[in-house]
Amino acid sequence: MRIELVRRPQTSALFSILSPFLALVLTLIAGAILFAILGKNPLTALYYYFIDPLREVWSLHELAVKAAPLILIAVGLSVCYLSNNWNIGAEGQFIIGAITGSILPVMFPTFQNFLVLPLMMLMGIAGGAAYGAIPAWLKVRFNTNEILTSLMLVYVAQLFLDWLIRGPWRNPKGFNFPETVTFHDWAVLPAISYESGRAHWGFIFALVAAVVVWFMLSRTLKGFEVKVLGQSPRAGRFAGFSRGRMVFFAFLVSGGLAGLAGIAEVSGAIGQLRPSFTTGYGFTAIIVAFLGRLNPLGIVASGLILALTYLGGEAAQISLGVSDKVVRAFQGMILFFVLACDTLIHYRVRLVRPAPKEPAPAAAAEASHGNA
Amino acid sequence: MKKLLFALAATGAMLVAGAASAQDKTKACWIYIGPTGDFGWSYQHDQGRKQVEAELGDKVETVFLESVPESADAERALENLSRSGCKIIFTTSFGYMDPTNKVAGRFPDVKFEHATGYKRDHPNVSTYNSKFHEGRYVQGVIAAKMSKAGVAGYIASFPIPEVVMGINAFVLGAQSVNPDFKVKVVWANTWFDPGKEADAAKALIDQGVDIITQHTDSTAAIQVAAERGIKAFGQASDMIAFAKDTQLTSIIDNWGPYYVKRVKAVVDGNWEQSDVWGGMAEGHVVMAPYTNMPDDVKALAEATEAKIKGGFEPFTGPIKKQDGSDWLKDGEVAEDGVLLGLNFYVAGVDDKLPQ
Repeated sequence: MRIELVRRPQTSALFSILSPFLALVLTLIAGAILFAILGKNPLTALYYYFIDPLREVWSLHELAVKAAPLILIAVGLSVCYLSNNWNIGAEGQFIIGAITGSILPVMFPTFQNFLVLPLMMLMGIAGGAAYGAIPAWLKVRFNTNEILTSLMLVYVAQLFLDWLIRGPWRNPKGFNFPETVTFHDWAVLPAISYESGRAHWGFIFALVAAVVVWFMLSRTLKGFEVKVLGQSPRAGRFAGFSRGRMVFFAFLVSGGLAGLAGIAEVSGAIGQLRPSFTTGYGFTAIIVAFLGRLNPLGIVASGLILALTYLGGEAAQISLGVSDKVVRAFQGMILFFVLACDTLIHYRVRLVRPAPKEPAPAAAAEASHGNA
Repeated sequence: MKKLLFALAATGAMLVAGAASAQDKTKACWIYIGPTGDFGWSYQHDQGRKQVEAELGDKVETVFLESVPESADAERALENLSRSGCKIIFTTSFGYMDPTNKVAGRFPDVKFEHATGYKRDHPNVSTYNSKFHEGRYVQGVIAAKMSKAGVAGYIASFPIPEVVMGINAFVLGAQSVNPDFKVKVVWANTWFDPGKEADAAKALIDQGVDIITQHTDSTAAIQVAAERGIKAFGQASDMIAFAKDTQLTSIIDNWGPYYVKRVKAVVDGNWEQSDVWGGMAEGHVVMAPYTNMPDDVKALAEATEAKIKGGFEPFTGPIKKQDGSDWLKDGEVAEDGVLLGLNFYVAGVDDKLPQ
């Protein structure tokens, strides 16, 4: 006996909307079972995970700090993925944006006035976009696989960052430890409200980017072009849309937003460039993008939810003493259930008993599955 | 749904009640860069925490956060701990330096202890570290005695002063036995990555070294050495269980006594800011039992250890830099400040220091 996925003739509109919530509920149930096995009271554990971090203002600020880069990057990635461009290298674009954005405070520390901050943000966007343009150009010019090139460029960016901070950009007064000078006051992205917490303007950028990209995707011709070329390149060609230009457009938008996220994180949340300033935001953002169903407004919600699992994990560690591995297991479960729910909306499971003499009917269904 | 909300509210009320009864205990907290199960750096800090629990008993309550990255997350983790009622917080990685000082400014009533850093911006921040290089010197002595090739392999993490100091001390120890002894260095660019560490060990063995030592935290390198039939040193904890016929000794980071002392000071209300750099004499650095070596080597290792405990500093002249120029004159002892910012090799290191 084997299991087969068969495409449903039509999908339920109701369940398409409900699916992320269903996935969340399933995650909660699976999480409760996990905690019960660990010998913790599941209700207490879930309380610490999902409620405790929302009770205090400073904690909400931290939520915004954690979610800002995830949302910014994921919003850019949605344009890529909707247009069928598989940018896996947002982490690299994030790092390069942080580096190019830091040029002014690190290399020209005496240049101090109100122009510094806007220039830093623009240079971060430019750096991230330029770095995203590399896999785009390789794809258009040589037809390379952008999944591989963009991913490998992440490692290039990481090592470049490492070299830079241990070498030319190292703080001369820092006892040879790997970090740059602390940014001067003009180069620090201000907090939204200093009195209540450290959430910085990066979160505002994220919200603005989400609304702008949402408008672009749902209300403009460009957005239509993105989706048509993503779903059917052939139809796009008949409509006169250029595939090559779309590749560049998608990578420039997502690279630029990742770059902005990078410099906002360094300038707003940390205040200096360090080799370890990123914890894989560019990769986590891929989860955020899909959890938000590639809809920029959905991504705002999913970014906040994923950020909450980090904060909640910490709260659970402090108060219950559970391992941080549980946080990762949680995030894995969320993605697993989201993908499973989505799959089951489009397909149904069929058990096939072995029928030795008949030809297998699975090939067609599998081919269409690979395309979904 | 109503039931669930009620349950949550009830749980919340229980928590508040629970917090009140824990008031008379002093809460001591730690943040670790790695998992407590790395059997290296973070594991040893956690051993120290357990010693605090064992010795101070019901006077204290301990809490830890593991695998906290040195990113914007560190500041949040520290703020979270401070708000949860911690009276003293040990931040056990260099990259926590600026977050520690930032949060310390916001919570003047909480004591902060930062390992391996140098910034004490507020009166409630202390720093502490251990003279691991004293143990490295003993390892060098053993390596020169045990090696037939006269070359040891050194798996290094990052070119920061701490690590460079360790490499230099190892070479100086070895040269005290065999003046021609050489060390080959591989930079793994990680503190904890068993795969990379194992690859580095294999590459070094293929280049002809017959002793391996490391400044990375996993047990991978010593296990590779065991497979290839050469000797090696453990790191940070006693790794004899992973390589019983291979480990010569290991430098054990023994944080327990310091932690007990500092937490007790908070309990007694006489904590004061300090900057402690303790070595073998203070019990911060302990050597694992000397194993898999002949008796004369063991005797020499023990004698070297005793000499260091008696006040001998491995960085005592005459010492030449790698480029052949003089560093320390005969009998001259390196100043702490120079050691803590060390960024050059001594003669005998077969590597170019990444700059």
